[in-house]
Amino acid sequence: MATQASRITGRLMLSPAVILLLLWMIVPLAMTIYFSLLRFNLLMPGTEAFAGFENYQYFFTDPSFWPALANTLTLLLGVLAITVVGGIGLAVLLDQPMWGQGIVRILVIAPFFVMPSVSALVWKNMLMNPVNGLFAALARGLGLTPVDFFADVPLASIIVIVAWQWLPFATLILLTAMQSLDQEQMEAAEMDGAGWFWRFLHLTLPHLTRAITVVVLIQTIFLLSVFAEILVTTNGGPGTASTTLTFLVYMQSMLQFDVGLGSAGGIVAVILANIVAVFLMRMIGKNLEG
Amino acid sequence: MAREVSTGRKALVTAVAWGIGLLIFFPILWTVLTSFKTEGEAVAPHPSFLFFDWTLENYETVNARSDYLLHFWNSVVIALGSTLVGLLIAIPAAWSMAFVPGRRTKDLLMWMLSTKMMPAVGVLVPIYLLARDTGLLDTRVGLVAVLTLVNLPIIVWMLYTYFKEIPGEILEAARMDGASLGSEILYVLTPMAVPGIASTLLLNVILAWNESFWTLNLTAANAAPLTAFIASYSSPEGLFYAKLSAASTMAIAPILILGWFSQKQLVRGLTFGAVK
Amino acid sequence: MGEIALSQVKKSFGGVSIIQGIDLTIADGEFVVFVGPSGCGKSTLLRLIAGLEDASSGTIAIDGRDATRLPPARRGLAMVFQSYALYPHMSVRKNIAFPLRMAGVPKAEQERKVEAAAKILNLVPYLDRRPGQLSGGQRQRVAIGRAIVREPAAFLFDEPLSNLDAALRVSMRQEISELHQTLKTTMIYVTHDQVEAMTMADKIVVLNAGRIEQVGSPIDLYRSPVNLFVAGFIGSPKMNFIEGAEAARHGAHTLGIRPEHIAVAEGGPWKGVVGISEHLGSDTFLKVEVAGVGTVNVRAGGEVALRYGDAVALAPQADKFHRFDATGKAL
Repeated sequence: MATQASRITGRLMLSPAVILLLLWMIVPLAMTIYFSLLRFNLLMPGTEAFAGFENYQYFFTDPSFWPALANTLTLLLGVLAITVVGGIGLAVLLDQPMWGQGIVRILVIAPFFVMPSVSALVWKNMLMNPVNGLFAALARGLGLTPVDFFADVPLASIIVIVAWQWLPFATLILLTAMQSLDQEQMEAAEMDGAGWFWRFLHLTLPHLTRAITVVVLIQTIFLLSVFAEILVTTNGGPGTASTTLTFLVYMQSMLQFDVGLGSAGGIVAVILANIVAVFLMRMIGKNLEG
Repeated sequence: MAREVSTGRKALVTAVAWGIGLLIFFPILWTVLTSFKTEGEAVAPHPSFLFFDWTLENYETVNARSDYLLHFWNSVVIALGSTLVGLLIAIPAAWSMAFVPGRRTKDLLMWMLSTKMMPAVGVLVPIYLLARDTGLLDTRVGLVAVLTLVNLPIIVWMLYTYFKEIPGEILEAARMDGASLGSEILYVLTPMAVPGIASTLLLNVILAWNESFWTLNLTAANAAPLTAFIASYSSPEGLFYAKLSAASTMAIAPILILGWFSQKQLVRGLTFGAVK
Repeated sequence: MGEIALSQVKKSFGGVSIIQGIDLTIADGEFVVFVGPSGCGKSTLLRLIAGLEDASSGTIAIDGRDATRLPPARRGLAMVFQSYALYPHMSVRKNIAFPLRMAGVPKAEQERKVEAAAKILNLVPYLDRRPGQLSGGQRQRVAIGRAIVREPAAFLFDEPLSNLDAALRVSMRQEISELHQTLKTTMIYVTHDQVEAMTMADKIVVLNAGRIEQVGSPIDLYRSPVNLFVAGFIGSPKMNFIEGAEAARHGAHTLGIRPEHIAVAEGGPWKGVVGISEHLGSDTFLKVEVAGVGTVNVRAGGEVALRYGDAVALAPQADKFHRFDATGKAL
């Protein structure tokens, strides 16, 4: 509701953002789709030719594709499980009265602000290194054989690193949601004789449902494009043991210079992400009504 | 009303929470401590926690290497630059959506969000080629442009949720009081929106500082920010733990401090207002 | 001067017609109240006059000058909003001075006018506080002060008292009336509360579904409502409406009688039984089930000692009946 004049001003002020984002979305995506239909290798310029769905066929039959898809999902589900369960636990804990709550919050939130390449390097060298790492020192101290994390359990190691980075995010959001829990409702349930566990199960958890969904969806968006952590620690290896879809596309287009194949992989990744995005948008869209 | 809790219970909760908090914080703490050790102590088979010869030599070494300072400066330029350009584009857009909403404003917001959900790898190749062909590859300008676009939806959304909280009647009152559109934005909206704009700036600087896909893929020697510079440490040569720690500490310290100030806004910004 | 004339003003939002052709003239110095149920279009009409919305068609003239296309800033009107709409980051002094600052009035004169307004509104001790540190009534006064300093052609009030508690509402109501006596400036006041309308207005405009139902002085509307809607809306407690045989006996489809025009009297023509009785001290409100008439609300004297279940006889004043036809128009 406003006057004609202010509506026109509004449109004018809105247009730069809209036009830029429109270009940012449409131009590269159209190019990717186009490239994905070409035989196109940067090492052999001038040999581009229309290839139909050949690249998609190659991509799906690439021996790395299925392991990469499986690794992507394992990474995603592993990190989600750790961060959601850990996040709920931490949120419940931090919501209790205690001394120095502010400081504990600061400690817990810190890993989120560490840039991915730093956290990957720190974990890789200083904690998980089989010779000089702290874990190895601890293992030796306990009389155990140190584990060579990135050789023996590469994907699990990456999951731990990524979960460490995202646990703060889940905790912070769940804690925020927890603090908006209706205290009178809790007290009413207590008056009715409900025990701690019953209240957690029937009041706290349902109240957190929305926040949990948001955490899951937003993390999914970011986790599908985890990159630096893999590049720095294992480079996708050994073999394909820690190669994800994102990393596979990166290797094909930036290391093997096969633009056509990489583009086809990129489109597959876009489609996968869109499936998640639809659910996320519904959630946030519902919130907009209010 | 907060109720009294028994001291014993409170002490127990405090102990557990502090324990877990320190455990989570430990890798960062360890990095900071290691940065003050000599290389020899850093890889000692029985690492010492606090009782070692504290030294600043790693910081001196790292700082003496001009490339470290260059990359640090790149990070500052890219994070601040992309945020400021983003704000410049987003403030008018958010103003318009919050105060002159049309029938399609909601769809527009959702669409903006959807651009953020496109996985970067899906457009890696064309962006790389476009940057290469326009000479923007490995330049700060190129990265500022890309990161501005990557984070623009988040900036617009955050500002929108903040602007939404300013009652439209106040802006109408300004109009009735004879304020032009310019005065309305300058004297009434902006002062009221300063906290929101500041938090948006803060969160976006953090996100841009840590962005690790485009910064790694679109830069080489010249424009590489700290994310890329630190990543180049991944194949170690000789004793380097202490120096790595010093470089890492310097790379994360500014953002860690900014981040602690922006905890509350972080939730709102990253959930697009879905959790408050 | 502040004469405002609306002619065939219409407004629709996306095909929905909110204001359907309003003709109205407001004389200089008049206190006019727009009253009606929520959603009747009274606030939209006020915003059209203010220039915060465009009219879809029709003209709005202020002092004989066509102002239909003028932006709000150039109409010379001042508005007091429901939420007060004070600038939270400015002190009271700066809030009141803001319109002067926008008009480029010299600093010294700004200062003088703010002081003068603050004196009228008893705001002098609060000039350096922020709106957030004031009570609801004080905020209301600041909003009025901001309007006064502009010396506008007319004041527009959009339900200004609805956020105040009942006691404060009564005293602010009187303050606004006094202000009108002092300034003698045109005031247009929107409310859904017919008590505010009756007590403050020189002229009441009753709106319903985007149309004017009736325009007149409070006592005119009370005495001779032109239709059922106005009859039911003006006056508290509400007029009783009686249909059926009793109405037909008076030659009407619907018969109206106000509760205060029915007396409890031995031998009255309406025999009934008391349902609810509310004793207020000064008055007693009775709900009486009358055979052949229906439920009738009665406003009786304060000392009437009737209780639930008592038999009672009622005597309506014959000359106070309002008669309406089947379409609701007064006969």
